[in-house]
Amino acid sequence: MIEASELRKGYGEVQAIDGLSFAVAPGTIFGLLGPNGAGKSTTVKVLTTLARPDAGSARVAGHDVLREPANVRRRIGVVAQRSGVDRDLTGRENLRLQGHLQGLRGRALDDRVDHLLERFGLADAARRVARTYSGGMQRRLDIAMGLVHRPEVLFLDEPTTGLDPDVRATMWQEIGRLQADEGLTILLTTHYMEEADRLASQVAIVDRGRVVARGTPTELKASLDGDAVHVELEAASRNGDIQDALRDVAGLSEVLVEGRALHARAADGARAVPAVLAALDAHSVPVATVTVARPSLDDVYLRYAGRSFASAERPDNRQNEGDDK
Amino acid sequence: MTAISDSWALTVRDLLRLWRQPWFIFIVLVQPVIWLLLFGELFQRVVDIPGFEGGDYKQYLVPGVLVMTAFFSSGWNGMSTIEDLERGVTDRLLVTPAPRWPLIVGRLGQNMVQALIQSLVIVAMALAIGVSFDGGPLGVAALVLAALLLGTAFAALSNALALVARQEETLIGAVTFLQLPLTFLSTAFMQRDLVPGWVATVADYNPVNWAVEAGREACRSGVDWATVAGYCGLLAAFAIACTVLATRAFAAYQAQV
Repeated sequence: MIEASELRKGYGEVQAIDGLSFAVAPGTIFGLLGPNGAGKSTTVKVLTTLARPDAGSARVAGHDVLREPANVRRRIGVVAQRSGVDRDLTGRENLRLQGHLQGLRGRALDDRVDHLLERFGLADAARRVARTYSGGMQRRLDIAMGLVHRPEVLFLDEPTTGLDPDVRATMWQEIGRLQADEGLTILLTTHYMEEADRLASQVAIVDRGRVVARGTPTELKASLDGDAVHVELEAASRNGDIQDALRDVAGLSEVLVEGRALHARAADGARAVPAVLAALDAHSVPVATVTVARPSLDDVYLRYAGRSFASAERPDNRQNEGDDK
Repeated sequence: MTAISDSWALTVRDLLRLWRQPWFIFIVLVQPVIWLLLFGELFQRVVDIPGFEGGDYKQYLVPGVLVMTAFFSSGWNGMSTIEDLERGVTDRLLVTPAPRWPLIVGRLGQNMVQALIQSLVIVAMALAIGVSFDGGPLGVAALVLAALLLGTAFAALSNALALVARQEETLIGAVTFLQLPLTFLSTAFMQRDLVPGWVATVADYNPVNWAVEAGREACRSGVDWATVAGYCGLLAAFAIACTVLATRAFAAYQAQV
């Protein structure tokens, strides 16, 4: 349903996407997972015909995004990161305008708008200007607007960013229902590991404009053997010192230090922890906390991107993509 | 047909937004009246200058103020486009199958309705203070048409600049920089043979002046319709060129997203 092949796009010095390829099967939710600035929004802009790639090609719903943009636009719904709701219009007016521009008229438009207002719990607020909506309501209106013309493919660019946790959980149910009930193909971008894990059947992990890993969430987690060991140190330490200290701990691999955080993999986490603590103690490295966990997508990211998610999101490591690119 | 109906839907959208800003409507309606009364009072002795034809300055002034009002308010049309860009509304519109030009023409439609209402307020006010339109109703229609064409052209330019610069400050700077000079480099306030030669020469190439000249001719008794039609033709061509330019500006914007 979506095929992206070797897409490249740069903004001046910054290469936002750098040879990005992936494919999405019909009727599935595909998660593009990565930190801010990884190139997810740029990918969505290219696939939705808003931006032109510098190189590469893509087909969406059977049509080439560069050669047949109008055919693509008729078949896709787009919910961008920035809302796109006109705050001075009511919910109903927003939906009607969007439907009109998608070619709906008369009864068909009225019925579709009524249905969507009902479906997304906005019927009571339909006559209020969107300025008065809560964040969750505005997001639901956004999604309703993306669906007004019954698209085959829905793009959701960071749909739950900035929402309260309970609103986010409701949104997840809503998104899951779209795929289950209506057979929509959904491309979801997110920087919440949990969101991709929960919703997507296939995930591609994006870092610095490239896909660094792909598979089902289960496959990706299984590709990491053993457990994830996370140690928080009392103070920032030099990578070399820690590597030296832990060299002889049996069954420990992929040791990475970022400031006060130490990440490692262990075949058997419970067994490795005492040895790790002993080794650090022997090298006079004080430890604040230790956790052992089954691998999460966070750990998968760590493994394939060579840095933790948190550090990739820090401004100095971010590509200058910003939230609006 | 679809594109025309899209344009109209977008015009209605902009009118609804305007309608929900009562203070803005108040200003839009009151400002032209202030221009007319203020300039009428301020410059009333102009008629005493030797060589000035006609005995009442307000009579002379009405077409100039009407054109100036349309010109001034149209310059700000691009502000809505900047707001749309910032809010993500433009991106949403650009990924619908609608062609690009209704996105501009829809906005110009709103501007035209606004300028038309302002023009009618000025005409009513002028009649109330005793100004006579000697070209008859058809002359008044021609005057309003010239003002609307001029407004459309500058509203389109304002949108083009909005899409390229994408910054309120740039647009505000450009509009304020152009408004007064272009108004004063015309015969809006002073008869052509009483201004310095270079001003008259520049005015010949100034679209604001085309509208003022067309409008004033249309308010005279014994209108020379060929002159009016000539200026209106120039203004229409200018407005179309500016609209094409503004539509093209979407490509410039999309090259940067």
